[in-house]
Amino acid sequence: MLNRVSTYFYRRPRLVLAIFLTPPILYMLVVYLGSLFSLLINGFYSIDDFTGIIVREFTLRTYAQTFNPANREIFLRTASMAAIVTVVDAMLAFPLAYYIAKFASRRLKTWLLIGVTIPLWSSYLVRVYAWKLILAKEGILSWFIDLFHLTGVLDWLLSFPAIGGSSLSLSPIGMFIVFVYIWLPYMIIPIQTALERVPASLLEASSDLGAKPFQTFRNVILPLAFPGVVAGSIFTFSLTLGDFIVPLTLGNSKFFVGQAVFSYQGTGGNIPLAAAMTMGPVLIMVVYLLIARKLGAFDAL
Amino acid sequence: MLSKSSDTRPKASWALTLAALGTLLFLHVPMWIIFLYTLTPEEATYTFPLPGFTTKWYGVALQRPDLWRSLTLSFQVAAIATAAALILGTFAAAAVYRSNFFGRESISFLLVLPIALPGIVTGIALRTAIGGLDIPFSFWTIVIGHATFCVVVVYNNVLARFRRTSATMIEASMDLGANSFQTFRHVVLPNIATALLAGGMLAFALSFDEVIVTTFTAGQQTTLPIWIFSQLSRPRDRPVTNVVATIVILITFLPIFFAQKISAEASDTEGEMK
Repeated sequence: MLNRVSTYFYRRPRLVLAIFLTPPILYMLVVYLGSLFSLLINGFYSIDDFTGIIVREFTLRTYAQTFNPANREIFLRTASMAAIVTVVDAMLAFPLAYYIAKFASRRLKTWLLIGVTIPLWSSYLVRVYAWKLILAKEGILSWFIDLFHLTGVLDWLLSFPAIGGSSLSLSPIGMFIVFVYIWLPYMIIPIQTALERVPASLLEASSDLGAKPFQTFRNVILPLAFPGVVAGSIFTFSLTLGDFIVPLTLGNSKFFVGQAVFSYQGTGGNIPLAAAMTMGPVLIMVVYLLIARKLGAFDAL
Repeated sequence: MLSKSSDTRPKASWALTLAALGTLLFLHVPMWIIFLYTLTPEEATYTFPLPGFTTKWYGVALQRPDLWRSLTLSFQVAAIATAAALILGTFAAAAVYRSNFFGRESISFLLVLPIALPGIVTGIALRTAIGGLDIPFSFWTIVIGHATFCVVVVYNNVLARFRRTSATMIEASMDLGANSFQTFRHVVLPNIATALLAGGMLAFALSFDEVIVTTFTAGQQTTLPIWIFSQLSRPRDRPVTNVVATIVILITFLPIFFAQKISAEASDTEGEMK
């Protein structure tokens, strides 16, 4: 009996393919793409200013609203944060990625990679929470800063209205530190992957031809690692752009995109505006991905 | 045999080693600090150095019924989402591996979208869709949301393993008279078993921790991450939160660790075979 069933399927590979493919594709198309589509549509609805009820009629008003000065400022603030976080992550990630790819023994490499991937997979929320403890006014970081008599410097930094706040745990500086920390593993892995592909003979050739270590680094390693940096930046940029947990936890009253979306749909009950606002990050990411593909980042993923 | 390749490696300068070590510590030390704070007797602030040592918060946390409920809920959600991801992800991987068909390249893209786009996009998209269809937010809406981004993890692991498994083994099995089911049971399954395990464990960890999508797809349900999230903005039970955060780290650490170990060993044996 089983043999006959088996033969039946063996002779019909297309049928087997259909059986395998239908559940996942159906699920992703209906649930995921369906939802994305509904999101897009919702942005074309609007909210009645007096009753707060969603008007399900086509309008461009809500999308236009995302361009008002307040929302433009939110986009600009979020994009600048995402850009700075990306640059700093790349600088922090490079030495470790370089070490793993080119200097670590095989055994050490396995362990270092596990050491990088554990934070990548482990609880994002708990990792944010850890910084709540560290950055607290009476917390561990303040204690160290005090130990080195740098409290004055910290207070001076916090006094700037654009980046400061009442304490590190309630300031853009704090948010910046946490963003850098949270997304760092996403930058290390692609750079390491890219560096792994640089053959050792290339570096030897460079030094044989008389290049100093720094020249080799500048003219051989860095250009070859660049696609990896771009690949990593896709994550660090995109994830910072859409995050609302960090701004909500460590930010002040100045909104970031994710936080704005969260509050529009939650307390505001304005789902159309929230939907329209999320299209901002989506659009930015699509453009970013297209540029990244041009720069060869997808080969490093 | 293994050490040969490492002998020829150049030695890193001390500056590079120091910088690499610094980054590694930066990644890990913050998580240890949570553990440190579970031992503080101080209830209201995060004073450092700790004014003393106590282990009483573990007892206090374990006696909180709301925490047990959240923990159970998170386990159930993660278990079902993982099961769904295992089935859907393996099916998709099998289809992509065994045949060429129109749109094959788009499958990976479609599956990776939920983790490539910011979580808030997935979250609010699901919320508008579920709300638009007048489906009440429930346990199952959380599971549906989690499954969307867990599938890709299983898919990637299983597909990578399929690509390493040589197709001749399957042919040999069939030639020796095994039918498709026997071949699956005795040849394919043992081959992909550890990949399923690794993918499943990562999917479990991913679902167990997830908060962004969950805030949009949950109704009144409080998963463990949602409980922690509520403590982040309105801290009331600081010591208990520290204990819960530590528990979450422990629960997710082991599956992640073993999944990474399995993947690392799989690529290692591949390297040796070459």
